[in-house]
Amino acid sequence: MQLRRALGGRAGWSGLVAQFAFVAFVFWLGYEIYSNAQANLQAQRIASGFGFMQNTAGFGVSQNLVPYQESDTYTRIFIVGLLNTLLVSVIGIFLATVLGFVVGLGRLSPNWLVARLAGGYVELIRNLPLLFQILFWYLAVLATLPSPRQSASLFGMFFLNNRGIIVPGPIAEAGLEAFLVAILVAIVAVIGLNVYARRLLFATGRRLRIWPYVLGTLIALPVLSVLIFGKPVSFEMPVLRGFNFASGSRLIPEFVALLIALSTYTAAFIAEIVRAGIQSVHKGQMEAGSSLGLSRGATLRLIVVPQALRVILPPLTNQYLNLTKNSSLAVAIGYPDLVSVFAGTTLSQTGQAIEIIAITMGVYLLISLITSAIMNFYNWRISRSLAR
Amino acid sequence: MKRASLVLTLAIAASLPAAAVSAQTLKTVKDRGTLSCGVTSGLPGFSAPDDKGNWTGLDVDLCRGLAAAILNDPTKIKFVPLSAKDRFTALQSGEIDVLSRNTTWTLSRDTQLGLNFGAVNYYDGQGFMVKKSANIASTLKLDGASACVQQGTTNEQNLADYFKANKMKYEVIAFATADETLKAYESGRCDTFTSDVSQVYAERLKLAKPEDHVVLPEVISKEPLATVVRHGDDQWLDIIKWTHYAMLNAEELGITQKNVDEMLKSDKPEIKRLLGTDGNLGEQLGLTKDWSVRIIKAVGNYGESFDRNVGPGSKLNIARGLNRLWNQGGIQYAPPVR
Repeated sequence: MQLRRALGGRAGWSGLVAQFAFVAFVFWLGYEIYSNAQANLQAQRIASGFGFMQNTAGFGVSQNLVPYQESDTYTRIFIVGLLNTLLVSVIGIFLATVLGFVVGLGRLSPNWLVARLAGGYVELIRNLPLLFQILFWYLAVLATLPSPRQSASLFGMFFLNNRGIIVPGPIAEAGLEAFLVAILVAIVAVIGLNVYARRLLFATGRRLRIWPYVLGTLIALPVLSVLIFGKPVSFEMPVLRGFNFASGSRLIPEFVALLIALSTYTAAFIAEIVRAGIQSVHKGQMEAGSSLGLSRGATLRLIVVPQALRVILPPLTNQYLNLTKNSSLAVAIGYPDLVSVFAGTTLSQTGQAIEIIAITMGVYLLISLITSAIMNFYNWRISRSLAR
Repeated sequence: MKRASLVLTLAIAASLPAAAVSAQTLKTVKDRGTLSCGVTSGLPGFSAPDDKGNWTGLDVDLCRGLAAAILNDPTKIKFVPLSAKDRFTALQSGEIDVLSRNTTWTLSRDTQLGLNFGAVNYYDGQGFMVKKSANIASTLKLDGASACVQQGTTNEQNLADYFKANKMKYEVIAFATADETLKAYESGRCDTFTSDVSQVYAERLKLAKPEDHVVLPEVISKEPLATVVRHGDDQWLDIIKWTHYAMLNAEELGITQKNVDEMLKSDKPEIKRLLGTDGNLGEQLGLTKDWSVRIIKAVGNYGESFDRNVGPGSKLNIARGLNRLWNQGGIQYAPPVR
């Protein structure tokens, strides 16, 4: 009730009527826009509806995570583009978080050089436009790499050239399933061991040395599986044939440039968020940690960061959303993301701007909502555990 | 790019009932006093601003001819540079009156997009450019190559068809603009740059060392490049088509930018009909009797425009080929003016 008054809401019937009228108005406006667009499209004989999704796309892409060929439909190309967007976003979020935390903690380091380096990184990266940075990595760095014939090579297995990074391609063998199961079992066993050791510590105060067992399980089980069921994968070596390496797996330079630019750019913002979050924890906490005899690292990990996370998480979510949305700048360097292949080529081939832009906006909205839902859940768990 | 499409989409969604507006393009242009013409963002020979900022080119000449015929002033044009993938949306939404931007006429574009194609002002086909040092003599040797191509073009699809038909592998990297495409090719990201042959020649001139690059002999597709207007305005479509035909007929009859005033005194019936000294054919189009005189004075006949922009009179120096008149071995053929 107090909140409602603070927001300027009115209680009682008059409030209800006003709200109802407003909702009705929004619906009417939406309907007007829809029917008007429909009438105009019909009058101009522009095709409408979603039937086009079943038509043949007829163009190629340079990176597809699911099998795709030119004779597939626009639905398929939509999935290809979506997965490419998700790939660069998910890996980008991971790298940006790691780098952001490192730089953010670095800025607070008592070491003068580390702190200045981290500060310089933040000021340089966050003050240059992202599109410029993407083009820099693509045209100024990756494009200057040697041509396939002059590739830089490592052990004759890994190659680097202006067509990307080429590594031996994995091929599934008979033992793959058993190997994956073995790893899964090992992980479950390690988690179980950890829980047991923790319980023991809390109940009796006895600290169990579990790391030899952890290491043993993680190595022994997979090795055992390989010995019994055969090797899980074999590798196909890259071979230079014609214009480029014909076999092996390849990371295309468009992906690499976009990933580097997105993660370094976002990391600069995350670093500032982390720094602010940690500084928001009262310095008495740090002193308390030291007086208990904890090292600086342990104090940070066990006392400061968990409290700082409450401050860090909401703006961190914003950065994750930004990174995902910024990935649409891929179009400038020809990375086949959703905007490039779907809102670009597909739109211009079918001409169905309204449908395609609506689908694309819907997809970005959905990705963003899911990301923030996950982050909100995590935030809720942390605040709950701190409140206890 | 994304924002532009979005704005255009909203513009379509929110525009007034379109049938009433689009059927009066001629009146709209006359009332406004300028012609809005969609062109490339800079393709030498077809549409590109020169060093003084004036747009020139074969596609630009068509718009200049139109403006001369309608507004009696070939400079009253607003040129709207468009990328390949945004061009149709700009026309559909009414941002431009006519799209004169080396656009290939295809069935699906003619039907699905709510557009109509006028006359073909350049018959082209798709070709490939490679580095001379690569020592490739034929497109059939491109198995496994990386190709740079502009997004939203027929070239993107032809490429897929051609490599599939010849059982060759390829990697395609599609860029939103011609400049980005060329830059990626020049940096070595791609083995070949592919586009319509005329465009390949034009883009080649933009490279740091054009002589280090060769255009392969094969042409893998039909690319009739035509002018495009919105569906549902027949009068406007007629004017677009006959602007090109007037230039073709003028060449056939030997009327040039220089001699057009003398030709007004000619008593040859065909010339009199075209130049409006006999009959009122121009008025039937919704223009003036001397409509074609204005066009020819502004840009010359088709042959003159071709030579000046893409032929021997230009840096491109492309042979006339298919674009010769029908009676000189080409397929440029205009219906008679009568």
